[in-house]
Amino acid sequence: MRKPLPAGRLALFHALLLSAVFAFWYVMTEPGLIPPFFFEDANQAKFFFGQPGQVLARIWDWFAGGKIYVHLWITLVETMLAFVIGTLLGLGVGLWLALSPTASALADPYIKAMNAMPRVILAPIFAVWFGLGILSKVALGVTLVFFIVFFNVYQGVKEVSPVVLNNARMLGAGSRQLLRTVYVPSAMSWVFSSLHTSVGMAFVGAVVGEYLGSARGVGYLILQAEGAFDINTVFAGILVLTAFALALDALVSFAERRLLVWRPAQGETERL
Amino acid sequence: MSAPALALSNITVTFVAADAEGKTYTAVSDTTLTVGAGEFVSVVGPTGCGKSTLLNVAAGLLEASAGEVRALGETLTGINGEAGYMFQSDALLPWLSAFDNVALGLRYRGVAETAIRERVEAWLARVGLAAHGNRYPHQLSGGMKKRVALAQMLILDPKILLMDEPFSALDVQTRQLMENELLELWSADRKSVVFITHDLEEAIALSDRVVVLSAGPATRPIGEFAIDLPRPRDVAEIRMTPRFVQLHAEIWRTMKDEVLKGYAQGQRT
Repeated sequence: MRKPLPAGRLALFHALLLSAVFAFWYVMTEPGLIPPFFFEDANQAKFFFGQPGQVLARIWDWFAGGKIYVHLWITLVETMLAFVIGTLLGLGVGLWLALSPTASALADPYIKAMNAMPRVILAPIFAVWFGLGILSKVALGVTLVFFIVFFNVYQGVKEVSPVVLNNARMLGAGSRQLLRTVYVPSAMSWVFSSLHTSVGMAFVGAVVGEYLGSARGVGYLILQAEGAFDINTVFAGILVLTAFALALDALVSFAERRLLVWRPAQGETERL
Repeated sequence: MSAPALALSNITVTFVAADAEGKTYTAVSDTTLTVGAGEFVSVVGPTGCGKSTLLNVAAGLLEASAGEVRALGETLTGINGEAGYMFQSDALLPWLSAFDNVALGLRYRGVAETAIRERVEAWLARVGLAAHGNRYPHQLSGGMKKRVALAQMLILDPKILLMDEPFSALDVQTRQLMENELLELWSADRKSVVFITHDLEEAIALSDRVVVLSAGPATRPIGEFAIDLPRPRDVAEIRMTPRFVQLHAEIWRTMKDEVLKGYAQGQRT
């Protein structure tokens, strides 16, 4: 196997790759720079694909003018609420079903059906139920997050080592103490391993909800710009969302490192 | 004389096979075993003969199909609260540090946190892990994990110790160190011990009495031998004494046929 690149060099290449993409974008969309070869008019490429300069200028306007913050804040609140509520529900229901065979047998086909259903389609119903404010977006995010957490908790409880369980029982654990010291920590390690996916899903719920009908949020900005064929703003919104998602992901990685110190890292050996 | 620490009378354990209906497997058959107060009893037998099953019955983790278990004279229902159990494989809670693992039993009993700190630190020091309290199980070596498990069990001061091949996963040197350590801790207050092992030498070196089990299925005791070696013992040195060799030869004569039987069964399945 080839050796991986050193970190510094890798970062440089990352930056170069990104610049190359933007340069390509610029060359292909700047009117009059190269003769049009696909569109009939030199201005059409710019209409469909936007222009990197304009997109970056729009992002700058947003942040410098302060217009974006309220929208970002709303999206963040929706994401966080969906994530927290979905995780708590998934944890509760997962623990309950995993520890109660009757309830689990009864609920099994419905859980499967609800998981198989494309749940994004619930967004219009939530809009009717909860209105166009934050709540309908949170509800959508919760349905997305719930199932990820639920299945992981269920698995986590089922995979508790019987030896560890017996040990705790021999040390005198009652059933509530078993739940607190054995089942929940074991389930939590599975929940944390799915944290990246569930935060991502909460984010998807928020943005899709906003896009389908709202008065605030980054999804709303994109929807509005699209209505006016302002493709530059659409791209600006997408870039902001991407950066935002990356920031959330980094936060999750940080939390994961802090909370799962007890777990052996993958491949802890060092190659000499 | 007071009641024995642990008395298993006419224990039979029959499992119902999960895959084939109506099929049963009798792991232990009509076994009677008594452990006196302060006695160290080893139970040896070929692999897969149902030794662990017997121990789980004594611990109350498994209900016998027939027979009765008495702990300190009381008939056992549910978990045996008088007993501490040391498992063959890793039984430490991986999400708790060594300190919290040792503290676990006391926390279950609602002991005050200041008292816990003091007692846990004393026990960690006693098993030579005073400096490693904040490490997690995956950061400890095999021998260190066993020490934590030992402290975890002994801190609750159980009257009966049930040990299921606790050192079988360790290398020979670490194992002898642990065996000596166990004997030293045990001699301090002489608890009653049931020590399961497949290693006859380990059994003789540690015990007051060795019980030999037959090969499975339907395991039952087929011989009992009093070990009259003087204490305190050093498990490495005692193996060289003539009396040890003599006892070993004597017990091995009883055990040999069963081991061969167990081996033959292992070949067939």
